Amino acid sequence: MHPYTNQGSQDTRSGFGAGLLELGRSNPHVVALCADLTGSLKMDAFAKEFPERFFQTGIAEAHMMGMAAGLTIGGWIPFTGTFANFSTGRVYDQIRQSIAYSDKNVKICASHAGLTLGEDGATHQILEDIGLMKMLPGMTVIVPADYNQTKAATIALAAHHGPAYLRFGRPKVANFTPADKPFVIGKADVLVEGTDLTIAATGHLVWEALEASNTLAAQGISAEVINFATIKPFDTEALLKSVTKTGRVVTAEEHQRHGGLGDLVAQTLGMHRPAPIEMVAVNDSFGESGTPAQLMDKYGLNAAAIVEAALRVRNR
Amino acid sequence: MASIYDYPSQIRRDILRMVHKPQSGHPGGSMGCTEFFTALYFDVLRHNPSAFTMDGRGEDLFFLSNGHISPVLYSTLARSGYFPVSELSTFRLINTRLQGHPTTHDGLPGVRIASGSLGQGLSVAVGAAQAKKLNGDKHLVYTLHGDGELQEGQIWEAAMYAGAKKVDNLIATVDANGQQIDGSTDEVLPMGDLGAKFAAFGWDVMHLEHGNDLDAVRAALREAGTRTGQGKPVVIIMKTAMGHGVDFMAGTHKWHGVAPNDDELARALAQCPETLGDY
Repeated sequence: MHPYTNQGSQDTRSGFGAGLLELGRSNPHVVALCADLTGSLKMDAFAKEFPERFFQTGIAEAHMMGMAAGLTIGGWIPFTGTFANFSTGRVYDQIRQSIAYSDKNVKICASHAGLTLGEDGATHQILEDIGLMKMLPGMTVIVPADYNQTKAATIALAAHHGPAYLRFGRPKVANFTPADKPFVIGKADVLVEGTDLTIAATGHLVWEALEASNTLAAQGISAEVINFATIKPFDTEALLKSVTKTGRVVTAEEHQRHGGLGDLVAQTLGMHRPAPIEMVAVNDSFGESGTPAQLMDKYGLNAAAIVEAALRVRNR
Repeated sequence: MASIYDYPSQIRRDILRMVHKPQSGHPGGSMGCTEFFTALYFDVLRHNPSAFTMDGRGEDLFFLSNGHISPVLYSTLARSGYFPVSELSTFRLINTRLQGHPTTHDGLPGVRIASGSLGQGLSVAVGAAQAKKLNGDKHLVYTLHGDGELQEGQIWEAAMYAGAKKVDNLIATVDANGQQIDGSTDEVLPMGDLGAKFAAFGWDVMHLEHGNDLDAVRAALREAGTRTGQGKPVVIIMKTAMGHGVDFMAGTHKWHGVAPNDDELARALAQCPETLGDY
C-alpha cells in the first residue's frame, strides 16, 4: 500500500496563492498581474499586501501577457493569473511572440484547468493547454499534483529564468506532498516503486494513480507510480529507468490524449525503448457541465479508470 | 561631423538597398517613417548605443510595434552605433541577426521585443513603462504603430489600460499614412477619428500634420516629452506619406511589401544622395 496520507484536501489554486504571497515577502522583484479573477486565482492576499506590485488589467488577457513581457524589461518577475483557457488558447500568439520568442521571464499561472472546473462547462474546461504550451520552444511546463506541490512549484519558478507555464485547478483534492519538499524543475518523483507496470501521472491524476496502485496491489500487481509534475523539460531518464524495469506504461492526465503527457511518453518510448502504453485521458472530445467527480467518472479520469488501463496494458 | 539633416537620405538608401538584395521586405512604411526615426534616435532619445542592455535602466526605450518596417529600424540602429553598418547587407538572408521582423532571439543590440504579429507592442511598452515607475526611473518609453495596426483589438485593451491607470511616461506615435496591404485604410476598414478615439480612452492627443518634415517631427517629439508626467499617456497622430522620398514610390500602398528591381533601385537611389556613405 502506498505510504502517502491525505493531510487534508485543498485546492491547488490556493497553493499557488500561498506560494505567491510567500514570494512577495521573500523576493522584492516579483510582481503579479490578474485579468479580473483575483479571488478565483487566490491572488488577493498578494494584491492586498503588495498593492504597488499588483496590476489589475481588467478582462484583457492579451494585453496582460504583453504587459507582463514589458515588465521584465527593467528586471521584474511577472506572474500572470487567469483561468487556463484564457492563459493559453485565447492569447497564444501574444505568448508566442512577446514572451516565448522574445525569451521573457514571465510566469503564466493558470487555474481551473481541465474538466474539474465543473459546472461552467466546456467553454472554460480547457483540455488542450499542455499541448499548446509544450510546443513552444523554450517554454517550461509544470503541472503540480496537490496544494503543497503547487506552492513549492510557484516558489521554484521565481528562481528559474525563462518563460514558464504553471497549470493548476479549482477543486479541493488530496494534499499528500510533504510541506517542506522543495520543487525541482525537470525532475519526476517516483512515489511508489513497483515491478509490473509504470503509472506516469500528472496533476490531479497523481493521487488517483496512488489510489489505483493500492487496488492493483490487492490484486497482486506491483505498480510503480511516477509524478511527472514537470512536463517540459521532460525527465526522460526517470521514465526510461522505470520502464526498463516494468516494460509497460499507463499514462494519466486531465487533458486531451492528443498533445498531453501520454503523447510525450509514447514519443519518448518510441524513440528509446518501445513498450505497450495505455492512456487515461480525454479522447478527442470537449467536456460538459457537471460536478468534478461526475465529469472525471464519465470521461474516465479516475483511479478506477487507471486500474482498468493497468489490467489492459498488463495483458498486452 | 554628420548633421542630423544628412540622415534621412542615407537611411532611405539603406532601406532601398536592404530590401533590393533579398528582393524582400517592406520599404514603403520604412521610408514614410524615416524622419521619425531620425528625429527620435539622433535628437530626442536618451540612450546608450555602445552599451546596450535588455533592462534599459536609466535610458529612454523605444518599441517598434509594426515590426514589418524593420529596414528603417535596422538602418537607424546601425547608424546610431548599436551594431556595425556593414551588417545591414545581411538583412533577411540566412543566418542573419537582421530577421525579416525584429527579434531578440539572435541578440541584436537595440531590440528588446519581437514584433511582426501586429498589435502587441503597446502592451509591452505599457509594461516597460510601469517597470520604469517601479524602478524610480524617470526616463520615457516610446512606441510606433501603423494606422492599419490599430484595427487589432489588443491595441485598444492597452489604450484603455494606459489611460485608466495614468501611464504618463509613455509616448505612442501612430504612423497615419492611410495605407495598408489591401489598399487605403478607408477602403479596407475606415477607422474614423483616431484622435477622438484615443482622447476617449484618456490619452493626451497631439496631431502632427507633416510627419516627413524632420524639424516638425523633432518639435512634436519634444513637445510630447513636456506633456508626460501629467497623468495621461501621450499619443502623436503623425501624418506621413508611405514611400516618401522617391517620387514613384510615394503615397501608394503598392510599395508596402514589394522590393524595387534593379532599374527601380537605380532610379530611386538617384533621388536619395549618399550623404553618410553606403554600407
